[in-house]
Amino acid sequence: MTNPQTPEVSDHELVNRAQAGELDAFETLTTRYERRVFSLALRMLRQEQDAEDVTQQTFLSALENLNGFRGEASFATWLFRIATHAALKIIRKHKGLKTISLEEATEGTDQADSVPHPEFIADWRQSPEQLVEKREIQRLLDEALTKLDERHRLVFLLRDVQGFSVKETAEALGLTEANTKVRLLRARLQLREQLTRTLGDPEKQVVRKHDHAH
Amino acid sequence: MKCEELLAMLNEYVDGTIDPAVCEDFEQHMAGCNPCQVVVDNIRKTITLYKEGKPYELPVPFRERLHSVLRQRWKETHEKPEERKRRT
Repeated sequence: MTNPQTPEVSDHELVNRAQAGELDAFETLTTRYERRVFSLALRMLRQEQDAEDVTQQTFLSALENLNGFRGEASFATWLFRIATHAALKIIRKHKGLKTISLEEATEGTDQADSVPHPEFIADWRQSPEQLVEKREIQRLLDEALTKLDERHRLVFLLRDVQGFSVKETAEALGLTEANTKVRLLRARLQLREQLTRTLGDPEKQVVRKHDHAH
Repeated sequence: MKCEELLAMLNEYVDGTIDPAVCEDFEQHMAGCNPCQVVVDNIRKTITLYKEGKPYELPVPFRERLHSVLRQRWKETHEKPEERKRRT
């Protein structure tokens, strides 16, 4: 993963230099990823103070464990894993003894057949490439994400925003892969519904007549 | 394939992990069902938007604090023990 602002030095090279003792290289890496780590934490936790704590813990942990980093995963993936675990620790602490995986054991409603059906179906007025440039879009995305309940939000953030595999997401959250997939599907459908209500073109709305077989 | 069955396969289709035989049924259904076609397209766009989303900026005082904490920790972990001893 490279940063478009400083394409000249790769993460790999900066990591090597930092491992050799160059503080500047470590600070460049920090500057490169601090916003994305902070954003991940803020979206997971929804509390700025907690997100700051997680960000600081993440980079401190990266600093202390840098020599153990062997490059099996990319530096970014490694960093996001540290941040995810730090954020989950806070979430679990807030919940007391009730951990996320315990929640799964008692909840028992994550069945694929209870997936909500799409209601507002319409082509969007603009492409994602056009939309992403607009400032108000980010607010819309964050609002929609905030409306998801935690168990759907976390799965979506790790899988679709951070790019974890289903297996990695399941492991991080202490869920089964099957459960992770159902939550992901629900999260995607709910976000689609919300975004389409704002971004969809009402003139291009399509109405489902009835469930039909083809 | 019914709309409902398509919905259950949505993740696999969008992520490209769908069984090729099922994929054929999936696409055949979509070709004749405009709502499903639009839902799949909406979902893809939703994921793209979130993936490409802009990160939050760090609050300036926090950024300064973070970098100063890191520099301090770097010193503590990278200084040779005798240098540290000499300073204290």
